[in-house]
Amino acid sequence: MQITRPSRSGRSTPFWRDERYLALLGQAVFLAILVLLLGYLARNMLANMRQQGLGLGFDFLKLTSGFDIGEHLIPYDRSSTFQQALLVGLLNTALVSILGIFFATLLGLIFGVARLSTNFLVQLLARGYIEFLRNIPLLVLLIFLYTAVFIKFPRVREAVMLPGPVMLTNRGIAIPWAIPTEAFSIFARFLGIGLLLALLVYLALKIYERRAGRPARALLWACLIFIMITVAGWLLAPAQPLALDPPRVEGLRLAGGRQMSPEFMALLVGLAIYTSAFIADVVRAGIQSVSRGQVEASRSLGLNTLKTLRLIVLPQALRVIIPPLTSQYLNLIKNSSLAVVIGYPELFHVSGTILNQSGRAVEMIAVVMAIYLSISLLTSAFMNWYNRRVRLVER
Amino acid sequence: MAEEIAAPRQILPPPAERYTWLGWIQKNLFSTWYNSLLTFITLGLAYALLKPFLTWLLEQANWEVVEVNFRLLMVGQYPPDEIWRIWLLLYLLAAVVGLSWGVWVRGRLALALGLLLAPLLLALLPIATPSARLNLVAMDLVAVAASRMGRLGGPSLRRFAAWSWVIYLVLVILVVRGFALTPEVMPRVPTNLWGGLLLTCLLTVVGIVFSFPLGILLALGRRSSLPAIRAVSVVYIEVIRGVPLVTILFMAAVMVPFFLPSGITIDRVLRAMVGITLFSAAYLAENVRGGLQAVPHGQFEAASALGLSGFKTMTRIILPQALRIVIPVLMGQFIALFKDTTLVVTIGLLELLGIARAVLAQPQYVSYQREVYLFVAAIFWVISYLMSYISQRLESVLGVGER
Repeated sequence: MQITRPSRSGRSTPFWRDERYLALLGQAVFLAILVLLLGYLARNMLANMRQQGLGLGFDFLKLTSGFDIGEHLIPYDRSSTFQQALLVGLLNTALVSILGIFFATLLGLIFGVARLSTNFLVQLLARGYIEFLRNIPLLVLLIFLYTAVFIKFPRVREAVMLPGPVMLTNRGIAIPWAIPTEAFSIFARFLGIGLLLALLVYLALKIYERRAGRPARALLWACLIFIMITVAGWLLAPAQPLALDPPRVEGLRLAGGRQMSPEFMALLVGLAIYTSAFIADVVRAGIQSVSRGQVEASRSLGLNTLKTLRLIVLPQALRVIIPPLTSQYLNLIKNSSLAVVIGYPELFHVSGTILNQSGRAVEMIAVVMAIYLSISLLTSAFMNWYNRRVRLVER
Repeated sequence: MAEEIAAPRQILPPPAERYTWLGWIQKNLFSTWYNSLLTFITLGLAYALLKPFLTWLLEQANWEVVEVNFRLLMVGQYPPDEIWRIWLLLYLLAAVVGLSWGVWVRGRLALALGLLLAPLLLALLPIATPSARLNLVAMDLVAVAASRMGRLGGPSLRRFAAWSWVIYLVLVILVVRGFALTPEVMPRVPTNLWGGLLLTCLLTVVGIVFSFPLGILLALGRRSSLPAIRAVSVVYIEVIRGVPLVTILFMAAVMVPFFLPSGITIDRVLRAMVGITLFSAAYLAENVRGGLQAVPHGQFEAASALGLSGFKTMTRIILPQALRIVIPVLMGQFIALFKDTTLVVTIGLLELLGIARAVLAQPQYVSYQREVYLFVAAIFWVISYLMSYISQRLESVLGVGER
């Protein structure tokens, strides 16, 4: 609140009562105190570290790690470096976060809409789900899922077979997976061509749509073309490009298919259902924020229920939904660090191990915080971009 | 009715919908074919989920582990001779809640009876000792007496009720900790003996009490016209909000000893409290900022037109309005804080979840995970739900969003 008073003679205010000088002085004092405080802490830290014979620097990241990581998406063993271990952790975090966001959004959408259902029982079920999950700590849920559900499945020999076949065991869950054969490279080319063509058609139709002012169903045509070329590639390839690999029991272990450890499953399921309860509330609030008059007006214009939802309600609800949805996604990513308690090797867990192995506490904490911070900033930058795009619809 | 029809000026409310119970079922469950389908699917789903759970709960669950370790789960290793302090705090809580009820809520008899019934039900549990039963019943009496007093009304009582919460929260910390000066009455209880639900509540209370003023300062800093202060606030808030709480707790546990001059140590519980406070303050700051932005600019102008100083404008005019607007969000934040205290298990503190894990680590209780974790989840659920319910009530009582 700067208030500039008309001064009578121009120089009547002495500088020690001039708000401009005072503001500058105040800030300078504030900054000086802050710098002194930080300097004091840093000096203590350096002195303590020197006492323990620790240096400051990131060279140790190039040393051999010497520990194993159970699950890795890139090649890794105990002779790899700390840097590679960190990358393995980061990729695991990314995997569980992306899958978690996908399933949480899906479940959240379903339960958010169900919460507004006219069917009493559906509404009751959705409300029970949301209220239950919102009021318990995520960590309790994760530990419960891990220790009381996923590692309580029967042993490998007595694996529960679900149709698919999906196998539930205390060593993890195995689902059928496709493995590429030698004909896959030809099929991959078809995929590439299909994608390119679909993109071109989509862009061309979009331009046509804008010029002609008539809806051209660009997305529909693009998808159709892509699917047609994919099917053609599958049929034209010399052999089947992908072979189905069902899981099976070999001796005492699982073999084949795609196996997911109990730690991973507990973390994924826990994150997905916990966040979905919050997303459901976000979705409900978004839909409720669209005034009833909008629905009534669109019905009276002759739009059917689906079109009303797609063209009238959702675009307006999305504007309300996107910002809180962003923070829920960010929460999910940050919450994935709780895996440290159940032992899934994501970023935080791996850095803890590195910290113990190398003894470099200060550097490791700085690295982890920097990585999480950049993930958060990138995600919110992306969602802000998307938010602006959605908001362009506004009048 | 006839008179009302005769007076055409009066606008009648729309008639209330009335159904026979069969009609209600028809309207709410089987109105269209897909609604009927949904009803059946939901019934099937509920059956598939609830049946195994209920059979387990009624037939297989063995609650002995909770009974034996009940005291441990509640207060950890807090010395038995000093448990009376916890009871004292519970009595005071009953008094404060009763007073607030009398001042602000009144009426709502069903709800009041429900709240009063809760301690009585606890007293009926088979594990309660006779003295615990007596205490629980007496707590109800205190609450009723306090609410009677609250009914007397008056603005000074209102202010007293609001302040009593602040005083109570500070008192909780002091009484649990004890005083070094009076070893006969309330000796210091070292923090490594704090545990269980007691530690969970303490971490929450400390988090609320200290992060609230810090959060307000940060929010004001972020809206300040002085660039240096604004920049520092923005950087602090964004950095803290961008990293998970576990990293902050970890930093508090591992790095704080580094930052202090050699020779000085602070214990683990205090470090965790510092971490939680610093973390929570950043989130609170953003919530408060939302409230500050919602206060119309005319309020500032009116205040300065009346000749109020900048400080007075903030404390007397702007902040009371801003905080009132964000009460629901703040309560949500406090609930999140309460749930987040479980994360201190990552740095080895034995709050409710940590104690539960410690109990399950004993060889004779290894296979009781379901019972123990369900019990822990139930406690968290009940308290969080109560807090969110109270916040909704508070919203309607204070008329948030109506002005």
